[in-house]
Amino acid sequence: MPLLTLENVSKLFGRFAALRNFSVTADPGRLYGVFGENGAGKSTLLRIIAGLARPTAGTLRFSPAGPRLGYMAHASMLYDELSAMENLRYFASLCGIRDKRRLEGAIASVGLDPSLERRVGDYSQGMRQRLALARAVLHDPELLLLDEPFSNLDPDSAAAISKLMSGWRDAGKTLLVVTHQAAHLQTIADHSWLLRGGELAAQGTGISALSAGAA
Amino acid sequence: MMEHAGEKTVAMQLRPASSSASLVRTTISTLGKDLRLEWRSKDALNAMLFFALLVVVIFSFAFEPTAEEARRITGGLVWVAFLFSSTMALNQSWARELRHQSLDAFRISGAPADALFLGKAIGNFIFVALLEAIVAPLFVVFFNLTIAQGAGALLWVFVLGTWALVVNGAFFAALSLRTRSRELMLPLLLFPISIPALLAMVSATSAILTGEDSPTLGLQFLAVYDIVFTTVCLSLFETVLHAE
Amino acid sequence: MSSGLAFSRMNNKLVFFSALVLMLLVYGFRQAIFIAPTELTMGNIQRIFYYHVPSAFVAFTCFFANLIASLWYLKSRRLSADAWALATAEVGVIFCTIVLVTGPLWARPVWGIWWTWDARLTSTLLLWLIYVSYLLLRRFSTSGQTPVLAAVLAIFGSVDVVFVYMSIRWFRTQHPQPVMGPGGGGLDPRMGYALLANFIAFAAYGALLVTLRRNLELRRQRIEERHAMGALAGASR
Repeated sequence: MPLLTLENVSKLFGRFAALRNFSVTADPGRLYGVFGENGAGKSTLLRIIAGLARPTAGTLRFSPAGPRLGYMAHASMLYDELSAMENLRYFASLCGIRDKRRLEGAIASVGLDPSLERRVGDYSQGMRQRLALARAVLHDPELLLLDEPFSNLDPDSAAAISKLMSGWRDAGKTLLVVTHQAAHLQTIADHSWLLRGGELAAQGTGISALSAGAA
Repeated sequence: MMEHAGEKTVAMQLRPASSSASLVRTTISTLGKDLRLEWRSKDALNAMLFFALLVVVIFSFAFEPTAEEARRITGGLVWVAFLFSSTMALNQSWARELRHQSLDAFRISGAPADALFLGKAIGNFIFVALLEAIVAPLFVVFFNLTIAQGAGALLWVFVLGTWALVVNGAFFAALSLRTRSRELMLPLLLFPISIPALLAMVSATSAILTGEDSPTLGLQFLAVYDIVFTTVCLSLFETVLHAE
Repeated sequence: MSSGLAFSRMNNKLVFFSALVLMLLVYGFRQAIFIAPTELTMGNIQRIFYYHVPSAFVAFTCFFANLIASLWYLKSRRLSADAWALATAEVGVIFCTIVLVTGPLWARPVWGIWWTWDARLTSTLLLWLIYVSYLLLRRFSTSGQTPVLAAVLAIFGSVDVVFVYMSIRWFRTQHPQPVMGPGGGGLDPRMGYALLANFIAFAAYGALLVTLRRNLELRRQRIEERHAMGALAGASR
């Protein structure tokens, strides 16, 4: 029983069709790679699933309904003036989480120092990225939507994040990962989708959709 | 037909109903976060304070009133100064939310939108009230005012009047997020709507300063205005937050 | 989607109605300028009254209709409601401008002042400000949810109007309050008739303008829709 079903979802921005009759399903406990050129509709797809944008047409269904969502995008969604812990403490409170150790655990799991007092605005891009990832998972979501989680990361950090993702998948989470760096998903992706011009151009096991589309 | 598309034909079961964040808790969290942010951005704080000071000074140069006249017009001057200062503060406050799209994270968390609104409005209120507390004495000094009696009533005018500006201001600032020239749109939308409250504030303040009239009507008017518009803002904020 | 035949039928009705409106306006003009007697104290300038008052009526009716259309839109999310909202707002602002211009034009020769802070004229100014900001919001809005934002602002504006009227009455009373109606005693029946004639003419004219504007907006919506459908089908690539 798929966790997520999209049927003929389209999204228009004025006259530009970012998504066009997009139909796809995602099963629970699987990791999906989402590939495509810039402007192919990948980010729009994630935003619609996250509930931040409304589709112009089509249906979106979750079963069971109302899963917890975690979302990470190009924008960090963090406050520059606060420290890592302060940021997470705020977002955790929005989800009703008050356990300090859980927050520290989330920060540590992405390779950052929870006791760091430095303001997030002074972090490097890579550090900010990893903190954003921590924010996305801190409320233990069932569905993780990650938009370019590997950008700005050095190969070691990327490998560490890759390992984390596979761990989350093994723990039963569903992950949709948009990335240009398919290599990082090579060993961990269960399935992949290739978007082109807002449509589903190809899908396949592992990261095969990438090459399937090129054919 | 496209007319209904997206609004009615999509089955949306997105936001988790399991969010255990209550309205009060979330409001306090948001308030705390905002106050902390304001405090950390001391540059902005200082700049705004200086701006308010400059406004007072410019008014003192532009209007050379005698003591009698001063009492009559200061009410108006004070509130014009506060109107502009609070607009700046509001713009700053929401600009921070936009910088890294933190609002998106709020929307996904499923926390109640009202809490975000209240948290921000109260935070802005505290900040603007602080500004006023520092600027108002300057007015007294530069315009040689004496507040013989009615200081208590004056305090009420300030509280109710500031809330009137801030509550609508926070709402329209959020609304302006979806427009071009965002910082310009806020005053364009806020000022016309605020004029009745402004009239009441100025009338009450002048009444107290000159001692010639009773501020009761103005205070009652402001109280009703505050209640009505706080309700309207709370009812419509969620619609505006998710309008994308 | 209207067929060609239905469209031309609609067109015919509008042409007929436009002719009727023109006749009403001409009749009203004749009544106001030639038939109605000259006012005793103010002279011929008083004839502005036959335009000032009906314009105010049309403006306020338009703004009220805008509130209804906005509420309807928020409830039903039908774009046709938004078309009405936009049309009534624009036509309302036009007639409101006429009120604000004719007011001073009348006041200056008669009372020697350009402006008076009487409750009605000032409320009209505020209403004008609010609805101009409404139109600006529609123009500056970047999101596809412009109708929603505009509808929300319309509700704010409408709630505010009550406060506006009260606040001006209570907090601006130290200024003189010339009555913006006919001076002297009762209204000469011929004047009353001219006023009524122009009321009807302007009401019809306002209705015509709103309908035309709304049709224009509906047409624009349909064109957008067609482009959108094309984009979805990949036709425009």
